[in-house]
Amino acid sequence: MTVDPGFSRDRRRERLFFLGLAAPAIVIVGLSAAVPVLWILRQSLLTISGEATFGNYQKILSSDLTWSSLGVTLALSSSTLAICLVLGLPLALALASASRRVANFALILIMLPLWTSILVRTYGWLVLLRRGGLVNATLSALGFIDQPLPLVYNFTGALIGMTHYMLPLFVLPVYAAMRDIDGNVVRAAASLGAGFWRCVATVILPLSAGGIASGSTIVFVYTLGFFITPAVLGGGKVNPIAIRIERTLSTFQDWSGASALGMLLLLLVLIAGCAFVAIRRLAGERVRHA
Amino acid sequence: MSAASLPITITGLRKSYGHYVALDDVGLDISAGEFLTLLGPSGSGKTTLLMALAGFVRPEMGMLAIGGRDVTRLPPNKRDIGVVFQNYALFPHMSVLANVEYPLKLRGMPKAEARGLAETALARVKLFGYGARDIAALSGGQRQRVALARAIVFEPRVMLMDEPLSALDKNLREHMQFEIRKLHDDLGVTTIYVTHDQREALTMSDRIAVMDAGRIQQIGTPREIYRRPMNRFVAEFMGEANITPASRLEGQAAASLPPTRLAMIRAENFELDPAGPARERVEISGRLSSKAFRGENWLLNVETLAGDHFMLSIAANRAAGCADLETGAQLRAYAAFDHVHLLEEGSS
Repeated sequence: MTVDPGFSRDRRRERLFFLGLAAPAIVIVGLSAAVPVLWILRQSLLTISGEATFGNYQKILSSDLTWSSLGVTLALSSSTLAICLVLGLPLALALASASRRVANFALILIMLPLWTSILVRTYGWLVLLRRGGLVNATLSALGFIDQPLPLVYNFTGALIGMTHYMLPLFVLPVYAAMRDIDGNVVRAAASLGAGFWRCVATVILPLSAGGIASGSTIVFVYTLGFFITPAVLGGGKVNPIAIRIERTLSTFQDWSGASALGMLLLLLVLIAGCAFVAIRRLAGERVRHA
Repeated sequence: MSAASLPITITGLRKSYGHYVALDDVGLDISAGEFLTLLGPSGSGKTTLLMALAGFVRPEMGMLAIGGRDVTRLPPNKRDIGVVFQNYALFPHMSVLANVEYPLKLRGMPKAEARGLAETALARVKLFGYGARDIAALSGGQRQRVALARAIVFEPRVMLMDEPLSALDKNLREHMQFEIRKLHDDLGVTTIYVTHDQREALTMSDRIAVMDAGRIQQIGTPREIYRRPMNRFVAEFMGEANITPASRLEGQAAASLPPTRLAMIRAENFELDPAGPARERVEISGRLSSKAFRGENWLLNVETLAGDHFMLSIAANRAAGCADLETGAQLRAYAAFDHVHLLEEGSS
């Protein structure tokens, strides 16, 4: 089959035009994301004197500090995700069941913290959670506790701060997915004999699985690189990988080691991202053929 | 699969949304095994009434009883009612078979038994062998059948259908009307069917309850409702109705009508040629203002000297002269006295 050369010329021109539209964004993303990553990758493979080596990786992988920080990172991310699931799913369900007016108002309240600087919010938690803070003062004034609870400068404190930051970002996609479910489908389940919990388990959760997976991915992947919150609320005792990187730089001036740790974090993010996509696919398959 | 069907009693049901009254003191008795249609325009309250029966709308006053048992405050999942929704409301994340098995699994039925019953139900709606398919792979008509199968598979005591055919094209819709009616006759389950399509209501129902403004305007058999409407709303909603004060009708028989009452004559009851004795018919005369050929009939618009507009439907096989009629021509049309129906309400 022959094609009129005029048509293929038009098509080429069209493609070039749309490539031109995308070009500025591609250039900026390329320069500001890919180049630094490549630079860090290069840095991680060089000695201080500039010779090629795997020594940086050998060093960090043989260090207990790296593995413990990796453990802390995963523990923080999965705990944050677990709490977001426990608190966020019922919240999103309640919002999706409420009238649109009420839900919109509640969403503004939920989003409000995101408009405040993370530093301000983190120090806000410090005021609330420290030994003489509002929470402990209130609890002891009411006679619930004799000793102040260790709520901050530890894992709990970092977890509270991170959950507070991530919960809105988790609720949004879950709420959107639940809001999208046809009300008649839920009513149909009820008319067929499903009580509230059965309805949630067999219809609402499977149909909002996409939103839950998106929210979970955001929470888990985002928290892998958290720095300020664990740094302030962890009180130096909670050291995820981001804090390790900062220490490596500020204390040891070790750019190569920090770069290798950075690549490790990037790898972790990629693995987590792929795992979530895979889980989502599998869950989708299983539900369809249940 | 013959569930014991149950009668339904609705008394003094009321529901309002702010100032808008959706159901205004509705009372209705439906006998066991009956096919009753709630017919009305949108906003008439018919869907609200159906949803109240299903348990999704909480009434403010009144009582709903199924088989003599008060279900007014029973949650929807405890009512054992099969509901077919307008947009099918199938579970998109389940296969056809899983959709139909769903109510059986909820009732704790063993897997093999549930599968057997679901397959029987699918066969009943002519979807045998479709069990493994995805909902997304089905046409609108097939989805409607799955919804039907899912609603009958657990042998509900009552079936509620909310405009189940409104999304289908005309031919399929007319075909499905007969199929649903046959399904009802086979199962004998008490059925309440909601539609805004008067022809659908006439085709399918044992009785029709015509609703408007949150009230039941009239309830009766299709023929009663069509031929003997109580008021102007029912007369006009059920079909082409010519309504005029009886005094404006001509012809010998017109003299015997109470002149201040409103008389209704259906468009198809007019004829252009006088038939039968003159004392048994009424007449109108006027100018042909427009005409249209509609295949099975001609529609003629006649404007009388008094300014009344009459719509005449002349069956095509009796309308030899209609094609040649010129707009503006003087016409005389006849209707048998039997076809003149006096509305309950007075002259407007």
